[in-house]
Amino acid sequence: MWDSLKLIFTDYTVGVITCGTALLGAISGMLGCFAVLKKESLLGDAISHAALPGIVLAFLITGTKSSSGLLIGAFLSALLGLFWIRKIVTKTHLKTDTALGLVLSVFFGFGMVLLTFIQKMPDANQAGLDKFLFGQAATLMVEDVWMMGAVTTLSLFVVILFWKEFKIMLFDKDYAHSIGIKTKLLDALVSLLIVVAIVLGLQTVGVILMSAILLAPAAAARQWTNSLKNMVILAGIFGALSGITGTAISASSAHIPTGPVIVMVAAVIVIISLIFSPERGYLFKQIKHRRNRNDLKLKKTLQLMYNIAVSHKNVYHPHSVKLLNNFRGYSKKSIQQMQRDGWISITGGMWSITPKTFEYITQSKQQQI
Amino acid sequence: MKENIAIQVDDLTVAYDYKPVLWDIDLKVPEGVLMAIVGPNGAGKSTLIKSILGLIKPIAGSVRVFGKPYKENRKRVAYVPQKGSVDWDFPTTALDVVLMGTYGNLGWIKRPGIKEKKIALTAVEQVKMTDFQNRQISQLSGGQQQRVFLARALAQDADIYIMDEPLQGVDAVTEVAIINILKELRNRNKTVVVVHHDLQTVPEYFDWVTFLNVKRIDTGPVKDIFNDDNLTRTYGINYKVALNQ
Repeated sequence: MWDSLKLIFTDYTVGVITCGTALLGAISGMLGCFAVLKKESLLGDAISHAALPGIVLAFLITGTKSSSGLLIGAFLSALLGLFWIRKIVTKTHLKTDTALGLVLSVFFGFGMVLLTFIQKMPDANQAGLDKFLFGQAATLMVEDVWMMGAVTTLSLFVVILFWKEFKIMLFDKDYAHSIGIKTKLLDALVSLLIVVAIVLGLQTVGVILMSAILLAPAAAARQWTNSLKNMVILAGIFGALSGITGTAISASSAHIPTGPVIVMVAAVIVIISLIFSPERGYLFKQIKHRRNRNDLKLKKTLQLMYNIAVSHKNVYHPHSVKLLNNFRGYSKKSIQQMQRDGWISITGGMWSITPKTFEYITQSKQQQI
Repeated sequence: MKENIAIQVDDLTVAYDYKPVLWDIDLKVPEGVLMAIVGPNGAGKSTLIKSILGLIKPIAGSVRVFGKPYKENRKRVAYVPQKGSVDWDFPTTALDVVLMGTYGNLGWIKRPGIKEKKIALTAVEQVKMTDFQNRQISQLSGGQQQRVFLARALAQDADIYIMDEPLQGVDAVTEVAIINILKELRNRNKTVVVVHHDLQTVPEYFDWVTFLNVKRIDTGPVKDIFNDDNLTRTYGINYKVALNQ
């Protein structure tokens, strides 16, 4: 692993690939936040699958495997898929999930038909197009990485420039429209950026797994922050980290594919975030929940003891522990904890409240009034 | 009699499919009134205000705000959507949402600065949310979320406030607080239009009322037209009789 990490900096080819996957992870992660917040997580999946027939058709038309030609085909095909999804949702009674499912499977199916068809053709040149299914990072060239860099910079520029507009549109579209923000235009712009990011990733991660790179970093980032800005930055970092780590792991052996490993690394980041992040994480929530319940239980028992105590002339007069037996909140453990914390004192099966308890409950009762 | 017309709706007809949601609506809202729009479910109350705001394209008719199309006068209008229309788990704070009220006046690309922040802070104070301004919005109660929405509209410093059920799902304390703010706006000669569901409180809260059920049944001062006859015509049952059964 460390040797392969070193490769990133020493080996030229691995270095180029790492740059590519890091850039791809960063831009997908950032734009993925928008997809997640638009509640269009699965749109990316449909779009990436819809790109497949475009790749094969571009090859059939141009006859070459130059990546720019194929990516233009992918881009047009993905746009067509997106257009169809929007049309189905607005013009028919079908819901979004149905439209997504339809476009995804129909476009992907057509792509597979074309792919099988050209593989039967008596021409050796077409071999390798099926690499677009799961991607092959090893085919990344310096020119590809430069293009990724350029597109990433451009997307970043657009996002920063229209930050305020994007934010308000994502949160409250109707309100944004009412104050004169061109929500349709911005919506189209976001979709366009997402399509571009997906197309960029096809060569590396492939049509099938591309949506994971889009969504996983965003889902993980949301766990750690309550600010949109931090979420987008964090998703970019998570995405880049997945790309770099995934490349390093796959470079350590000849038989580990890069794309799926990147997705696995991203998945690990998501799992860690879901469980361990403060506030929103599962673990933290459980601990907090337990603690609150326990606190409440102790307080209720203490209140009961207080009520018993004040019924006596001397509030610090000892009472039998058995007196509490019918009370639900009471348990041996809670009594012990109360003694430890100095709320009560116990001598031989008898308890009495302490001055601390008397003051605390009297005060909280007064506050309630 | 009030002279200036804040909102004028002429012959407005809206349909989603074939069935009209609003039919031939004529409506004049004078400046400086606090008006309730009442009517049964599906009467088109939300549709009416969305049409006024240009969010829905009508089949026919026109809407004028202070004598001009909405687009030309939108800075004079503040909208409070239904609380349930947004995802409150969105990663942002209460103050940040209120700050969005200043975006309309800022125009494209420009970022909110110190001046905008001050406006937002004042609006937050007006709805008594200062203690909660830095909270993530999902950690606010329903009433607090409604206050945040109201504060966002206040930050716009508009002349007309259009609100979609601002009292829905809020407790008695918040209801009184919101109504007092609305009355205060009216006293400053602002025009406030509210989609409202609780008929009991109409005479107490509002001075102007519109009865709506696809068609406009009646519109005018509460003291003149809020009567049994109009309620029956709008809701299809004799409201008071049904209530006492």
